[in-house]
Amino acid sequence: MTNPSSQAELVRRSLKRRYRKERRFRFYGVAAISIALFSLVILFTDIISKGYTGFIKTTVTLEVHLDGELMYLNDASDPDQIAMADFQAPIIKALQGYFPQATSRADKRELSRMTGSYASNQVRDLLKENPDWLGSTRTIEFPAHDTVSVYVKHAGDPGYSIRLTEQQQRWTDELLSKGVIDTGFNDVFFSRGDSREPSNAGILGALIGSLLTMGVTLVIAFPVGVAAAVYLEEFAPSNRLTDFIEVNINNLAAVPSIIFGLLGLAVFIGLFGMPRSVPVVGGLVLALMTLPTIIISSRAAIKSVPPSIREAAEGIGASKMQVVLHHVLPLAMPGMLTGSIIGMAQALGETAPLLLIGMVAFIVEIPEGFFSSATVLPVQIFIWAGSAEQGFVELASAGIMVLLAFLITMNAFAIWLRKRLERRW
Amino acid sequence: MQTADLLPLVLVLAAVAYGFAFMRSRAVAAPLGGIRNLKALPAYYAARAALWCAIPALIILGTWAAFEGKVIQDMVMASLPAELAPQSAGRASLTLSQISNLAAGKLDPAMVPEGISGAATLLQELREQSSQFKTLLVILIAVLGGTFAWTQVAPQINARKSVERTLQRLFFVCAAVAILTTIGIVFSVIFETFRFFEKVPVSEFLFGTSWSPQTALRADQIGSEGAFGIIPLFTGTLMISAIALLIAVPVGLLSAVYLSEYASPMVRSVVKPLLEMLAGVPTVVYGFFAALTVAPFIRDLALALGLEASSQSALAAGLVMGIMIIPFVSSLSDDVINAVPRTLRDGSLALGATQSETMKNVIFPAALPGIMGGILLAASRAIGETMIVVMAAGLAANLTANPLDSVTTVTVQIVTLLTGDQEFDSAKTLAAFALGMMLFIVTLLLNVIALKVVRKYREQYD
Repeated sequence: MTNPSSQAELVRRSLKRRYRKERRFRFYGVAAISIALFSLVILFTDIISKGYTGFIKTTVTLEVHLDGELMYLNDASDPDQIAMADFQAPIIKALQGYFPQATSRADKRELSRMTGSYASNQVRDLLKENPDWLGSTRTIEFPAHDTVSVYVKHAGDPGYSIRLTEQQQRWTDELLSKGVIDTGFNDVFFSRGDSREPSNAGILGALIGSLLTMGVTLVIAFPVGVAAAVYLEEFAPSNRLTDFIEVNINNLAAVPSIIFGLLGLAVFIGLFGMPRSVPVVGGLVLALMTLPTIIISSRAAIKSVPPSIREAAEGIGASKMQVVLHHVLPLAMPGMLTGSIIGMAQALGETAPLLLIGMVAFIVEIPEGFFSSATVLPVQIFIWAGSAEQGFVELASAGIMVLLAFLITMNAFAIWLRKRLERRW
Repeated sequence: MQTADLLPLVLVLAAVAYGFAFMRSRAVAAPLGGIRNLKALPAYYAARAALWCAIPALIILGTWAAFEGKVIQDMVMASLPAELAPQSAGRASLTLSQISNLAAGKLDPAMVPEGISGAATLLQELREQSSQFKTLLVILIAVLGGTFAWTQVAPQINARKSVERTLQRLFFVCAAVAILTTIGIVFSVIFETFRFFEKVPVSEFLFGTSWSPQTALRADQIGSEGAFGIIPLFTGTLMISAIALLIAVPVGLLSAVYLSEYASPMVRSVVKPLLEMLAGVPTVVYGFFAALTVAPFIRDLALALGLEASSQSALAAGLVMGIMIIPFVSSLSDDVINAVPRTLRDGSLALGATQSETMKNVIFPAALPGIMGGILLAASRAIGETMIVVMAAGLAANLTANPLDSVTTVTVQIVTLLTGDQEFDSAKTLAAFALGMMLFIVTLLLNVIALKVVRKYREQYD
């Protein structure tokens, strides 16, 4: 403190260093945000690049002569004959039309692995429906065998291994150039349930299962959550019980989701004897899980209604309940809905608790009701991601895209709702 | 009728009761000179009738539906002839599924012993009887309740007060669901845990260093004693969570600082929703990303560096989990940083400190307790996270400190133990509940501490 000018000199000299520090700190911030955004970009590009092929199917379209002699079938309306007949033979015959030299037993086996394993069932079902087709020639579109599909879609991709023999690769190339093997939009994916074979597996079953489960969740969690929020904000006396309820809600919001699965397993399945893997139990578990989220956001919405509204209503003689039902709730509804939609979006993406209550089963049929076995979108993705068949990876990614599309729509709707209905006081 | 059909029926009955009571209240009021002479508006009399109709009926329906399945099951099992009566819980569930498959027509009656097919017929009969009784009882109660309230429509009765009282009680019951859920969680893990500790001593569970829950299915099987030491699971969970926090805390914190101190409103309005998008991505998607993209990448990278890495390394799961928690940390820190009073910041800036100095020396120390609370919450989330580790971490319980090795976690083991085909009573299944209990206790403690810290800190500045 002796010489002010030397003090100023000191500061000036340190300034450069301090500004450098400032810049470095700023840079750290930018770097952190870049890392986060970069991960987001990587995540999405990875999913899309892995999954867009899931929306493409590979088909083999053949002119099949439904020769009764070849199939050991002379009456397609006789179920005994249908059960014994060989429906693979005409398909092989049709393929041999392109490759007449492929006649050996080994060649035939390779030919039979050009179309998917369900191709013969497809011929059988067609004949069952139209017994008079026997002996005629029909154009039938078969799903290609998975190995063929992988070759067509992913040849040269190091992530996939080609499991076709050299001969089959030659055949595939030739059929591709002739337009017999073709690719198109994968309608199977949106119209079927799960299957052991990727070319035959679809997401519709899981989608319906998700809708049923979410229906149960919404019907339970929304009214209960709103009512609980109303009670806590408007009616609850300040006593120990109320405090205890609040502590419980806050803690439940942070309990790991898998614990709710244990609850569902022990209480709903163990104690009440409800069946496993049904949407009702899944919906109940998810409802309990999302309840804290809905309560917390609903309380915030109720809190944001200004006291002047309540006082005005009370001033003209409305009872407490009338104030709440006629004035506070309608005004808080947009906020409550927004919070609930976000809570539902969380529930839609939730997997872990559903694994424990058996929704991870392999289910081919499309669920028909709240009490039929079902799986949900995220669990279906989980099942496919863990499958050994190569074709399931792209299906899992495609499923993720469907799931994300739903989530983004729901969140966008919530934001739109908030923007549109929000009132500033 | 099924529960799913009875529910709308009760609601329809309630609507009918509403209509009748509404009309009656007007009819009662007419000779008196209009509804002004009633103690409450007609709508309240009507609502009272609807509540009287619906609530008792719904309570009966709910209780019946909850216990129907269990009671019928027990009755069917009790009816089995002595030689078919199952010896163990595992057998019992097998027999039961046989019976129900038979009753559903999925199984050929010729394939099973006669007693079983008899039981299936009984099951079918009991189900029908129960369904009939339920339907009758519910409709009866609903009609009785509605009628009672209908007869009660009278000018001197204040229907508004009773409706409001009932509604308020209903609201309370809904709020109490939170307590019921907690009780449900505690009870569902506690009983199984005690039964587990009857089979495996507590000390072995807590301090054992080896985990291999392969118990013998038959008594004469060799070499499958089963070891239930939680230590390797514990270290595995800790390692993956630590890796996750190592990523998420600096990145999340610095992002929050940048967004609240430096970023222009435009940048903020774009970046914040994008960060929140990371939080909205379902965990199964992160699991997929970790298992099929990050894990192979890390393995290849390690191989290129001459290191040995497992294809299910802890590092991959931890990295991806870290990405998942970033938005969690950043939004919590954002709240805390914004809660620091403006005056502290302005004072520091006025003394000539740069923004980063203000941040480091003034705001950060002031916000530290809140940030610590946020980190604790993030840690509890990391410990309880399931899907990423189920898909990307391994199953083998290695006691290792090498992040390139495969480790397993508590949540992975819960899922594995409960999704396979299991006897319900084996130590293996019970172990899952014991693990669940540990998980619940640890996360609960972390949450309670974190919430306390955050709340205390808020009070300081409010």
